[in-house]
Amino acid sequence: MSEVTVHMSVNGTARRGRVEPRKTLADFLREDCVATSVHLACEHGVCGACTVIVDGVASRSCLMFAVQADGASITTAEGLANPDGSLGIVQDAFRQCHGLQCGFCTPGFVVSVTAFLQENADPSLEEIREGIAGNLCRCTGYQGIIKAVQHAAATMAGTPTAMTTSTEGN
Amino acid sequence: MAQAHVPMADKHRDRAPLFEGTAARFVGQKVLRKEDPRLVTGHGQYVDDIVLPGMVHAAFLRSNVAKGRITKLDTSPALALDGVIAVYTHADLRYVPGTIVATMMQAMGGAACPENLLATDDVRFVGDCIAVVVAESRYIAEDALELIDLVVVAETPVVNLEEALTDTHIVHKELGTNITGTIDIPRDPHIEGLLTESAHVVTATFNQARQTNSPMETRGIVASWDRFRGELQLHMSNQNPHEMRRRAADLLAVDESKVHVAQQDVGGGFGQKMFMPREEAVIVLLSREVGRPLKWIEDRRENLMASNHARRDRATVTFALDADKKIVAGYVDINEDAGAYPFGGAGAGAMAGMLLQGPYKLQRTAFKSYAVFTNTCGRAAYRGPWQFESVIREQMVEHVARRIGIDPVELRRRNVIQWEDLPWTTPMQVMVYDNMSPAETLDQAVEMIGYEAFRAEQKRAFEEEGRLLGIGFSLYIEPSAQNMGALATEGATVQISGTGKVDVFMGTGSHGQSIETTMAQIVAEELGVHVDDVEVHQGDSNTPFGGGTGGSRTASIVSGAGRAAAIQVRQKVFQIAAHLLEANPDDLEIDSSVISVKGTPAGKTVTLAQVSHTALYATEGLPPGMETGLEATARHRQEAVTWSNACHVCTVEINRNTGAVSFARYIVSEDCGLMINPMVVEGQVAGGVVQGIAGVLYEDFRYDADGNPLTTTFMDYLLPTAAEVPIIEHGHIETPSNTPGGYKGMGEGGAIGAPPCVFNAVADALWLLGVEVFDHPLGPNEILDALATAG
Repeated sequence: MSEVTVHMSVNGTARRGRVEPRKTLADFLREDCVATSVHLACEHGVCGACTVIVDGVASRSCLMFAVQADGASITTAEGLANPDGSLGIVQDAFRQCHGLQCGFCTPGFVVSVTAFLQENADPSLEEIREGIAGNLCRCTGYQGIIKAVQHAAATMAGTPTAMTTSTEGN
Repeated sequence: MAQAHVPMADKHRDRAPLFEGTAARFVGQKVLRKEDPRLVTGHGQYVDDIVLPGMVHAAFLRSNVAKGRITKLDTSPALALDGVIAVYTHADLRYVPGTIVATMMQAMGGAACPENLLATDDVRFVGDCIAVVVAESRYIAEDALELIDLVVVAETPVVNLEEALTDTHIVHKELGTNITGTIDIPRDPHIEGLLTESAHVVTATFNQARQTNSPMETRGIVASWDRFRGELQLHMSNQNPHEMRRRAADLLAVDESKVHVAQQDVGGGFGQKMFMPREEAVIVLLSREVGRPLKWIEDRRENLMASNHARRDRATVTFALDADKKIVAGYVDINEDAGAYPFGGAGAGAMAGMLLQGPYKLQRTAFKSYAVFTNTCGRAAYRGPWQFESVIREQMVEHVARRIGIDPVELRRRNVIQWEDLPWTTPMQVMVYDNMSPAETLDQAVEMIGYEAFRAEQKRAFEEEGRLLGIGFSLYIEPSAQNMGALATEGATVQISGTGKVDVFMGTGSHGQSIETTMAQIVAEELGVHVDDVEVHQGDSNTPFGGGTGGSRTASIVSGAGRAAAIQVRQKVFQIAAHLLEANPDDLEIDSSVISVKGTPAGKTVTLAQVSHTALYATEGLPPGMETGLEATARHRQEAVTWSNACHVCTVEINRNTGAVSFARYIVSEDCGLMINPMVVEGQVAGGVVQGIAGVLYEDFRYDADGNPLTTTFMDYLLPTAAEVPIIEHGHIETPSNTPGGYKGMGEGGAIGAPPCVFNAVADALWLLGVEVFDHPLGPNEILDALATAG
C-alpha cells in the first residue's frame, strides 16, 4: 500500500513520518512518535484510553487516521507533565486521590480531564460524572477518579482540597 | 461521607509486638503509590510497548460458527501476500496435547477436554482459533486472515445449561458427555428430615448472568526463542510469572531454567491472566518456529468473545428454619456453565457448595454441583471465582424473609455467628472460622445506612408518591489467602546495597494491586528505613518462586515472606552496627536508616549505609567470622486461610417508566484485618464493588440460539461509567488474623458482596408491588418486564 508523508507537532516536537493512509493516529503516535501513553483498549471509540488533544480538542486517536491529523498539534499524557518532569496538576491529583490502579486507562483519563477542566473550571459532582463518562476504568470504580477531578479543579482555582498524605510517615 | 473505623482486640492470641526495634511509621498509613509517577505520565511499560529488533506480529483466524466441521482450510492465498511470513494450523504445532484439567470437578475424576490449542478438524465456539498468520505488521497479518479459504459446515451447537444436560448434542466428541464432573454431598436422613419437617421450608432458583473480566489491557505476549541457546524470553501481560515459566517450559519440553518471564506493567487481569490460555500457548510454540520475536496483542472483540467468561450459574436452594426462625439446614444444587475450553478457576461450584453456610450458624448443609461444557467461550477465574455462594445465600436470606414475614436484618441477626462463637467449625467439618466479625460489620452497616429511617422514608415515598425505593444487604465471609498447593507459599529476597538502599525481589505479578507500595511499606517498617528507600522488583521469574498475584493472597502470604526476610537482614544489621558502636545488638533500634542505642538520643549512631558499606566494601570491619553482605531470602508458608468478611448495604430507586435503577447510597463495612494501606484497601473494595454492581445491572454477555455472541464491543457489553456508579462509603473493622502482621486478603471481596446486595435492593423495591425476581441481570428490560407483572 502506498505511503504518504504526514507532519505534526507531538508534545511540542515536530514529527514527520511516512504512513499508509489506513494507519490510525493512535498507531502513528505509538509506533512512530514513541508516545506510548496512547493506549488501545477497545479500538472502537468507546473506552477513551487513546484520548489525545488534537488542536485543542480531546479526540479518540483510534478513530482518526494519521493523515487526518496532518499539520495538527497533538498533546498526549506525556506532554502534560511539567517541563522539569514533575507531575502536572491533573496527574498529581490522580496520584493524591488514588485515581488509578493498573494505570492502563489513566493517560486517557488525564488527557480527558485536562480538556474537561479547561471547558468547565468549577464543575459540580454531577458534571464531573457526566464529563468523564466517555472514559472507562475497570479497576477503581471511578471513586478516586471523581475525587481527583475535584482535587485538580480546586488546585487550579488555588483552593486545594485537604488531602491527608503520609508519604513521610507518621 | 461517612467513615467508620473500629479496631478489635485480638482475643485469642498473644501476639509478638509488630515492628520490634523500628519506628512503626509506614504500615497502616496512606502512603502514596510508588507506581504512580510513571503511570500518570504515560511512561508505564505494558506488553504492547515492548518492541524488539526483528519482531513480527501474529493474528488469529477464528471461527464464526459455534460448532462445525472444517471441510476446507487453504492458507496458501494468505501466504502469498507480501509481508506474510508464515501461516500455521494445528498440524504445525510441535507439542504433546494432553487434556485441560481446568475445573475442580475434573480434578476429581470428571471429564477433561482435549488440549486443542488450535482447532483440529472442528470448531467448538465462536472465537475458537483455527489458524495463525505471522507477518511483518499486524495490519498485514489481519489482511491475510481474510485471504484464508475456510469452509466450516455448521452443526447444532449446545448453547445453554439446559441443552448441555440432555447430552443430545455433544461439545467435545472425544468425551461423549457434556458433564465435566459432579460433586455430590448427599443429604443424610437428618438433613432430609430438617428440610421436609421444619417449621419453615423455602425453595428458590436463582440464575447469575454471564460476565467477563474485561481488563482494560487485553491479553498480550512477546515471545523470543533463542535457537542457539535454546532459551525463551517471554514478555507477557500476566499475573503469575512463575506459572507462565513452568507452562512455557512444559509446552516446549525444555527445562524451566531455559525460560525467562519478565514484564513491567500489567493493565488489569482480575483472574484472566493467572494461567496461560490457548492463544498465548500457541505463540510460545510458534516463537520457536518463527525464529524472530513474535508479538500477539489481543483486540477487544477477541477479549470479549474468546478470552474467558464467568458467572453463568444456576442454583436451586432450599433453606429450613425452625419456629424461632433460625436457619437449621440448607441444600443447594448448583449448575455451572464451563464453556468449551475452561481453564484455571472454572469448577467453582464445589467451593460455592461448601461455603453455602457463610456467616450463619447453619448446622447442616449438603449440596450437589456439576459443570457442563457448552459451545461458548470457556470459563476461567474471575475476581471471587466462587462468589455464587454469596449470591445464592444472601438472595435466599432476603427471599426467605419476605416469605415468612420477618425483617431481613432481624433474620440475619438471629442467625449470624457472633464473636463468642469463634472458633466455629463448619457443618462439613472441613473449615474452621476464626478472627472474623460478621455480626459487627452487620451492625456497623445498619448504623451507617440509618436503617430504621430508610424504612420509614421508603414507606412514605411509596404510599404518598408511588416511588419504588429499595434497600439490600449482603453479608459474607471469604476464605482468602488459600493454603493450597503452590498458592500456600511465597518467598522474598531483601538486599541492601552498599549505599544503604533496599531492593526486594518477589514472585508477584502486580496488575493494579499497588504491590510495589504496600510490600515496600512492610519491608521499610521492618528494616527501619524510609519507604522511598525500598524498591520492590516483581513480575519476573528471576525471583523467589511464588503462586502469583490473585486469590487475595499478597497482603497475607507475600508480606509474610517479605517480613521474614527483612527481619533476618535487620538482625544482621544490628550485629554489624553493634560491632561498630561497641554496643549490644539487643539494645539497638533503627529509624530512618539510623541505628542508635535505645534511650540515648544524643548517643553514638551509625547509618545503614555505613553498615552496608562495611558488609560489602570494607568487610575487614565485620565482626570476626561473619559472612559478608546484607541479604536474606525467606519463605512464608500459609498454615490456614484467613477469614475476611464484610457487610454491604445499598439503597436504590427504580424508575417505573424506564426500568432504570439508580443508587442513593452504597456502604461497605469490611474486615481485612490490619490494613497495610487504607487508601489501597478502599480502592480495591471500590473497584470490586463496581464490577459486582455491573454484573447485575449492566454487563450481560449474551449469545443467540445459534451460539453467536451478541455483545462483542463496549457498545453492547456495558462496562459502567462514572455516571452510573454510586459514591461508596467505607466502614472498617480490624480483627487481626493469625498470620504475621495480622493481615487478611481483600482483593476480591468487593466483587463477592456487591451482586447479591444490589440484587436484594432491587428486589426489595419491587416487593413494594408484590413482585419477585430471581435472576440476574436486572437491566431495564428485565425490570420493565417485572413491573408489568404487578397487579
